Amino acid sequence: MEQVILEAKNISKQYHDPVTTNVLHNVSFSVQQGEFASIIGKSGCGKSTLLYILSTMDTDYEGELWIEGRKMTGRREAELARIRNEKIGFVFQFHYLLNEFTVLKNVMLPALKLARYKESVIAERAMEKLDILGIRQLADKKANLLSGGEKQRVAIARALINDPMIIMGDEPTGNLDKKNSTIVFDIFRELAEKFSQTLLIVTHDMEFAEKTNRIIEMDDGRVIVHGS
Amino acid sequence: MNFKLLTDIARSLLLARWRQTLVAAIGVTFGITMFITLLGFMNGLNGLLDGLVIKRTPHIRIYNEIRPNPSQPITRVEEHKNSHHFVRSLKSTNSREQIYNASAIIRTVKQDKRVLDVAPKVSTQVFYNDGAIDIAAAINGIDIAAERKMFYLDEYVTAGKAEDLKNIPNSVILGKPLAEKLTADIGDVVQVTTVKGDRFPLKVVGFYQSGFSQFDKTISIAAIPTVQKILGKSADYYTDLQIKLLDIDKAPAVAKEYAKKFQTSAEDIQTANEDYETGSGIRSMISYVVGITLLIVAGFGIFNILNMMIYEKMDSIAIMKATGFSGKDVKKIFIYIALGIGIFGGLVGLLLGFGCCVLVDNLPFKTAAIPTVTTFPIEYNPLFYIIGISFSLATTYLAGLLPARKASRVDPVVIIRGK
Repeated sequence: MEQVILEAKNISKQYHDPVTTNVLHNVSFSVQQGEFASIIGKSGCGKSTLLYILSTMDTDYEGELWIEGRKMTGRREAELARIRNEKIGFVFQFHYLLNEFTVLKNVMLPALKLARYKESVIAERAMEKLDILGIRQLADKKANLLSGGEKQRVAIARALINDPMIIMGDEPTGNLDKKNSTIVFDIFRELAEKFSQTLLIVTHDMEFAEKTNRIIEMDDGRVIVHGS
Repeated sequence: MNFKLLTDIARSLLLARWRQTLVAAIGVTFGITMFITLLGFMNGLNGLLDGLVIKRTPHIRIYNEIRPNPSQPITRVEEHKNSHHFVRSLKSTNSREQIYNASAIIRTVKQDKRVLDVAPKVSTQVFYNDGAIDIAAAINGIDIAAERKMFYLDEYVTAGKAEDLKNIPNSVILGKPLAEKLTADIGDVVQVTTVKGDRFPLKVVGFYQSGFSQFDKTISIAAIPTVQKILGKSADYYTDLQIKLLDIDKAPAVAKEYAKKFQTSAEDIQTANEDYETGSGIRSMISYVVGITLLIVAGFGIFNILNMMIYEKMDSIAIMKATGFSGKDVKKIFIYIALGIGIFGGLVGLLLGFGCCVLVDNLPFKTAAIPTVTTFPIEYNPLFYIIGISFSLATTYLAGLLPARKASRVDPVVIIRGK
């Protein structure tokens, strides 16, 4: 079943500070359900900028963004926040866990916000996600007591909690050593194959990208290879 | 659900920084404590002073003022009704201070539903003779039972018993300073000379201290028949009727009505004691101003701490916004944090304020002028506590508003990409 879930139509973006520079030139591409895609390119080619536009967090662009057949461009902030909450899971280079909370609570937060299930159900689901990532035993620990690799896995569990339509990653292995990078990649691979989770990962790590199913290459604000 | 989640996050952020939170809360606590204590003390003081005046002053005093008859022959001439009249060398014709038909007035007034009670009074000027010295003073003849009920006579009679005025004929209660001047003790007989020149012996049965030495020096108290006897008047001779109303605020209106109805003069308490009201108002205002100032200072503390917290928690704000919390949610979280500090600090402040009030209430405070008062006066009015907690919530809310708005505008992209 080939279904387009994310589509960028002629997206351009300019930075005006200090001088006007075009970071994205009429970028158009789409992501289909179940794809494990990576965006690669040199530093400064606009790949992260593109990702943040696709994630709905950055609304300052020209062109149109469609998610699941709905136009995202021009919607209000609160609406976009709700869509992110429900449809998109994030994994960043840095883990961004809330140190005040336990691992379990960190994973639960986006689901508590969505409030699709009761709190007890959410806790159960969060435990399931931690299970998938093999860190069930860390559930009651405070987030700041974990190692870097563990933190990143908790961040992935958090991204999964609302069963998102797509997981977006911005250099998710950028801060990790070789061993942890492999673990994180294997988790992505497993999610893609076992749960047919759609993933879109920005990376500059060629080795990482080559193992994904589709490579989108960018250069100087343009998509030069669309992959397949 | 959303509310619970947001308060939960706010609480966690607060507890994670509990030391800063505590400092902020202590600021609020201090403000509220001082506010409650000051207000309680100031109003206690007001109550004490008002008590001296208002408790012992009739709400309406009916008396016969000596003045020229307002109804002169020319005023009755119909054709000059709207003209200005010049009448020269007009004299007060009526030197009688007696209230005409006093018993009928008393009866009528007692039937009025707005009236709590009415007591007649006879007052006259006399000279106390002590050897070669004459001391000018007034004697108030009072109805002992009514005076006790309406004006708390027993509270300021400090030596002897008020009943003795009734039981012992020709007896008097002197103000303490007057008694000292006359070197009169209880049981002694003092001589008075009336305005008309008659001499009259009076037996001292007690002393009083009203809190106003001017009164104590110049006014002494006797039973109505005693004063009527001094003046050589009959039993229906009264110079004043003292009225207490159920609602003191109605006094001016009722006084006007009675003046017209009984064709005499009637003075209400508000007109007679204007300056006391002003003093009370200013004292209350000062305590409000001090309290609010302290709270505003506390508000700046909260503002600072929240601002710092936002810089510290930039990452958390960014990820919350990335994972679906809207700007509004983030703003609410920080408002809840501010209000949390306000509620916690405010409630502790109320408790401490109450404690301080109890403490001050038990501090000994002795003054020769007011012998019935032994400790500092404090008023425990629930309204102060309600105002206190409202103020603390209002200031903390306002202090939290700006930082919260700042937090809600954090752009997650800037934070996350900045790493």
